[in-house]
Amino acid sequence: VIRIDRSRLPDVGVDPTFSFPAIVRHVLGNGLRVCTIEHRSVPVITFSVQVDGGSGADPEGLEGLSAIVADMADEGIRDLSAIDVSDALSRIGADYDVDVGGDAIDFTLTTLTRFAARGAALLADFVVRPRLPENEFTRVRQLRLDRLRQLKDVASAVAEQTFLRLLYGSHPYAHLAIGSDATLRNITLDHVAAFHRQAFQPACATLVVCGALSHEELLRLAEDAFAGWSAADSAPSRAPRASDVVPPAVPLTKLAVVTRDAAPQSELRIGHLATRRVTPDYPSLLVLNAVLGGQFVSRLNLKLREEKGYTYGARTSFEWRRGISPFALQTSVHTASTADAIADALAEIEAVRGSRPPTIDEMTLAKASLTRGYPRGFETAQQVARSVAMLSLYGLPDTYFEEFVPKVNAVTSADVVDAATRYLDPSRLTTLVVGDHSAISDSLSRLNLGSPQLLAAQF
Amino acid sequence: MTSLAIDLPFTKRTLANGLDVIVHEDRHVPIVAVNVWYHVGSKNERPGRTGFAHLFEHLMFEGSEHYNAGFFPPLQQAGALLNGSTNADRTNYWEVVPTSAVDRALWMESDRMGFLLPALTRERFETQRDVVLNERRQSYENRPYGMVTMALSSSLYSSDHPYSWVTIGSADDIRAMQLEDVQEFFRTYYHPANASLVLAGDIETGRAFDLAEAYFGEIPTGQRPGPVSNGAALSSEQRLLLEDRVELPRVYLAWHSPAMFKAGDAEMDLLGDLLANGKTSRLYKTLVYDLRMALDVSGYQSSREIGSFFLLVATAAPGHALTDIVSRIDDELRRVVEHGPTGEEMERAMAQAEAHFMYRLQTVGGFGGKSDQLNAYNVLTGNPGFFSADLERYRNATPDSLRAAARAHLRLERRVVLSVIPRGQHGLAVQGSTPVSVS
Repeated sequence: VIRIDRSRLPDVGVDPTFSFPAIVRHVLGNGLRVCTIEHRSVPVITFSVQVDGGSGADPEGLEGLSAIVADMADEGIRDLSAIDVSDALSRIGADYDVDVGGDAIDFTLTTLTRFAARGAALLADFVVRPRLPENEFTRVRQLRLDRLRQLKDVASAVAEQTFLRLLYGSHPYAHLAIGSDATLRNITLDHVAAFHRQAFQPACATLVVCGALSHEELLRLAEDAFAGWSAADSAPSRAPRASDVVPPAVPLTKLAVVTRDAAPQSELRIGHLATRRVTPDYPSLLVLNAVLGGQFVSRLNLKLREEKGYTYGARTSFEWRRGISPFALQTSVHTASTADAIADALAEIEAVRGSRPPTIDEMTLAKASLTRGYPRGFETAQQVARSVAMLSLYGLPDTYFEEFVPKVNAVTSADVVDAATRYLDPSRLTTLVVGDHSAISDSLSRLNLGSPQLLAAQF
Repeated sequence: MTSLAIDLPFTKRTLANGLDVIVHEDRHVPIVAVNVWYHVGSKNERPGRTGFAHLFEHLMFEGSEHYNAGFFPPLQQAGALLNGSTNADRTNYWEVVPTSAVDRALWMESDRMGFLLPALTRERFETQRDVVLNERRQSYENRPYGMVTMALSSSLYSSDHPYSWVTIGSADDIRAMQLEDVQEFFRTYYHPANASLVLAGDIETGRAFDLAEAYFGEIPTGQRPGPVSNGAALSSEQRLLLEDRVELPRVYLAWHSPAMFKAGDAEMDLLGDLLANGKTSRLYKTLVYDLRMALDVSGYQSSREIGSFFLLVATAAPGHALTDIVSRIDDELRRVVEHGPTGEEMERAMAQAEAHFMYRLQTVGGFGGKSDQLNAYNVLTGNPGFFSADLERYRNATPDSLRAAARAHLRLERRVVLSVIPRGQHGLAVQGSTPVSVS
């Protein structure tokens, strides 16, 4: 019989050992990099194709182009119409998804193992040989224009879009993947075809195949579907990659407001550009973020939610890209608490750099929370495939998963303070409020951030 | 096409105090899911006290007698992911922990089941009341089309029906809540006889039962609350309009439909896909793809314990009228009622159902994971093994059964037609609509 002692919490036992997925790398004759991973819990398979570029590769004036290219992938292949394609996907119960990031587009298709070959063939057609019919292009672009119109009413989207612009100025990372009304209207089918021809090259892509088959079988599926992808004759783009573009010197906006009349809450963003994903300080920044705002028990959430009740939740994150990435705090607070919440948030950022460095307890909790739960992220084929795709996005080694836990555990309190001092700079922070300006303007003036720059949502 | 073996095996025992314990082994990843359902939701509330079940869920994370410093820290330190949620019918709580932290998760979960109230202070209560008011602002009031759920609930159900209010509750009711209300609610609903515990993942079945008995066996039993039931029907079509901070008008069509797992429920779910899910669905193809009258369409059966509703939603493309959109939808509904689905539509639906049941077996924890499903089946049908029967409901659906369900439940003269329109533009609503007030 097990006796329960309620006078003290049970200790946590020794961390269980977990073997991270073995990744086998191959290169097809056409230059396509292929990673295979065996994953045998359920007869499900995930294919993920990552094409370099993404919204950061949108030419100036054509912002939104890569997202349209991604959208057009399943709008017609071979002799199949857009509707036929959708039918083919549902007949294999496929879960198909496209993610347009700042540095790459990820096409992911998951299906039952018994439909693996059909799934791979469909995905290859989407990525390699989309028909790009004119009528579908017109429809897709119009849908996106209409969606942009709706985004104007979504406070978080307004905040996201405005904040990127304030931080990045004219940098290729400065826009949302969807682009703007004006730039979407500039885009023609020729632009779509040219972008596809230039960016969708086997040597600039990585295919991850993860499922309940052997490496040999997974590789054969990849070869059968993707070996016919030939390098296009067009020269690769000479435009610099977004990640190599140095952000322009943007005049600092300390406080900006996009007004939203009678809004019951203010949507907040506070942050500045920080560093790249591949910085050697990454483990320190992870721990710093966990302490400051990266988990439920972070200082920020405990202060704004659990102590003050200003919000349903508040968090911070480094919004990683290959190139320079922002540190951003985000929350949505009761209109009446707007200025108080901003003051508290700024104080927490300031304090973690010096006056209140992480305590031993905070360090222990943050590191344990990051490391002990790590294996949980490798439960499904799709999670594993996306994790491996992340390695290729940032050029991380295959040993990354094995090294993650020891690296995080090695972070010291001094490392965190050092990282905070170097990568958080209170004097450079931009605070953006999307809320009812007339209701909050008096209280904002007490913040010593100067008079706010009033901006309009620009979609 | 041959049927796959799709199975969710388990072992169930009931402790002396009435707590159901269900164990499912899956050793692929060294994690264990702990999942607790309490059979209480907003349907157990009274008018004037709406939102209480959900506010109570927040209080469950604030600490209990023997660990009186917040529920999150000791579990996050153990590497756990955790959360909870409340809907009309039930409240669920879960942790996904490394195998090494199962004891700690069970200690914490059992402490708040048995010993919550001594830790509850007025200050914590009042702060969480503010947090919930902010959750309401963020998820409903400050979100385009966010107040629709309030408008639909109050128009589908009479004001004494427990589904006539929404789980988040009315802001006035939330403000009026008192700490004293918490005590009675806890005693009535939060005890082993009204709860169900699942342990799923990297744990041996015998040990799992031993641990469950050790941590939960000492908690005193309570009286299982009686079922809540209440009839609901519409006798006519109600055309309503709601003004909102939106650019484009949107119409919601809502019908009463069979309760979760009852005859016709799976058919309504399949009809939702057939009508409005994906490019091949009839309404997407007609309204969005061919005619470009709508920006998007969606539709689904919202299955609930004492009665479901079926919903179709379409957002007007600029320059198109909701009245015209509804007229096209009605044409399609008449066709479905008259002819039923095609063989192709059925094949597609079956392939998707098979795959989705398989996908549901991929994770042990979290919302919708295997532990959550076992508890859903156990609490709502009494049989955690209902997974297979659930899949059979879909495999057994036929064109005739879909047609019959459509004919019985999707009647044009008994439904709610709700137009959400930009402020001040009543002319954009479906003709003949009257304003509905929500708060």
